[in-house]
Amino acid sequence: MTQSYLDLRERTQARDRSLREKVMSLEEACEYINNGDHVALGGSTASRTSMAMLWALIRAKKRELSFSRSIVSTEGDLIFASGIGNHILTSWFSQGIIWGVSRVMRHYTENKLARFEEWSHMSIGLRYRAGAMGVPFMPMRSMMGSDVAGRLDNLKEMECPFTGEKIMLVPALNPDVALIHVQRCDSFGNAQLDGLTFMDIDIAMAANRVILTTERIISNDQIRRSPDQTKIPFFAVDAVVEVPYGSAPHECFGLYEPLFSHMDYYAELTRKDPAAGVNEYLEKFYYGPENWTEYLELIGLGDLLDAARRGRSIYDD
Amino acid sequence: MTTEPGNCTASELLCVMSARALEDGQVVFAGVGIPLLAATLAQRMHAPGVTILFEGGTIGPHVVPGELPPTTNEQRCTRKANMLVSITEVLLLLQRGYVDVGFMGGAQIDQYGNLNSSFIGSADDPSVRLPGTGGGNDIASLTKMIVAMPQEKRRFVEKVDFVTSPGYLTGGTSRVDSGLVAGGMYRVVTDLAVLGFDDGTGRMKVLDLHPGVTAEQVQENTGFELSIGPDVGVTELPTDEELAALRHLDPDKVYIA
Repeated sequence: MTQSYLDLRERTQARDRSLREKVMSLEEACEYINNGDHVALGGSTASRTSMAMLWALIRAKKRELSFSRSIVSTEGDLIFASGIGNHILTSWFSQGIIWGVSRVMRHYTENKLARFEEWSHMSIGLRYRAGAMGVPFMPMRSMMGSDVAGRLDNLKEMECPFTGEKIMLVPALNPDVALIHVQRCDSFGNAQLDGLTFMDIDIAMAANRVILTTERIISNDQIRRSPDQTKIPFFAVDAVVEVPYGSAPHECFGLYEPLFSHMDYYAELTRKDPAAGVNEYLEKFYYGPENWTEYLELIGLGDLLDAARRGRSIYDD
Repeated sequence: MTTEPGNCTASELLCVMSARALEDGQVVFAGVGIPLLAATLAQRMHAPGVTILFEGGTIGPHVVPGELPPTTNEQRCTRKANMLVSITEVLLLLQRGYVDVGFMGGAQIDQYGNLNSSFIGSADDPSVRLPGTGGGNDIASLTKMIVAMPQEKRRFVEKVDFVTSPGYLTGGTSRVDSGLVAGGMYRVVTDLAVLGFDDGTGRMKVLDLHPGVTAEQVQENTGFELSIGPDVGVTELPTDEELAALRHLDPDKVYIA
């Protein structure tokens, strides 16, 4: 992940950065992810999770992926349980505070079947930021003195060469691939994000490849009418997949809130016997359906409509 | 009008008492759960000028009653906000010094105010893997802290199993010596008392007891020896207005169960 600067530049230079069409299917986009890759996930907790792309990776039976994300919710459970990856770097890992500590995360980490590498929230943000800036590290003033830092071997304390203060250095993180779900983009990958952007822009600029899933594809003319709203430029993007409700059961700002009854159902299903529960979930919602539309049908129209009504309500007042 | 004892639940009491710890005009970095609810309550009561920050990237929202966010990263956190920024930018506000108070819950705290939300038992072989720091480590490292949590012996321990979010570390000057030159634990608000920290030693002490609570009761629910001075004060019970506002904000009892 931390790679030499010239190698990083070379990988970027080698990408086709021309203004070109890159719309494809979920299955085709899977080809952009190799076994063993480090994959950064956009969004945070139950917001703008690239769920459809993860769904496709799990169905494609990818292996030995490692992941990073600002905060991990149910998608982390599914990564561990499906076997596509057994290492997640994040600051917080559970479905969400109202559902309690994730039983699935506990099962996999306490039995040493998988690794949850814990960094502070800001340190993850600054690692992506350093990656996006093309510098090897960022200095910061948290993490010092804590056991969180004590368990990590790839950070360093140093004396500031200017002031003599103690400072913590965290290394750049340049993911092999970033998966980011957005409200809209054009067929070239110019992405416009509404609401909270989380760490997505740094992730996109740090990564060596970017796969966008999008609620809808708009024309390049529309992008050019409001270029100030474009947050990720086309030349950083390698694949565009149009997937309505591509973050379900998580939320997508302004379009749908989390599908609460489905999230409650998942929490209940995994409470008693986490391993069996999460596998039952994968069988039903991941391996069962023929395509994403069937996945949404299984979740149910009622839940989707309810989430959409709540999601769009922020524009009502 | 203050309510009768027994007219509110322990978590309602915790919420009201911790809301009162905020002052009008402060910039408050609030975690999810009781802090989010209490900071919102403070806005509706004595401190309308409190500016809330959420780690999802929200500056100055007014959470809508009955639409409490499930985490600090959903659109419900952004209602009537002044500005939305990235996660990294909102956390950097702590480092730059724009924040008056960090406001968090806690799973386990020790005599020096160190918080653990990572592991119960040893980190290499834990009996429980907890969700982790989130922004906790950054908030506790970079600003003055108020922690709201129920007072129980298993939560108030002599030494936390793991320092996720630093308080005064091993006391004395150890926090500053480690490089954490700003911020530090200020208050711990529980369902029994309001606690502070000794300036020199960094050890926790009782400042005020809630009405009807004895010093012995607080000590019994604490896993280390608390200093309780003769000048310890008594808080006032929640008022009917505070409880009504709180129940209006959380009618489904998402956080005040």
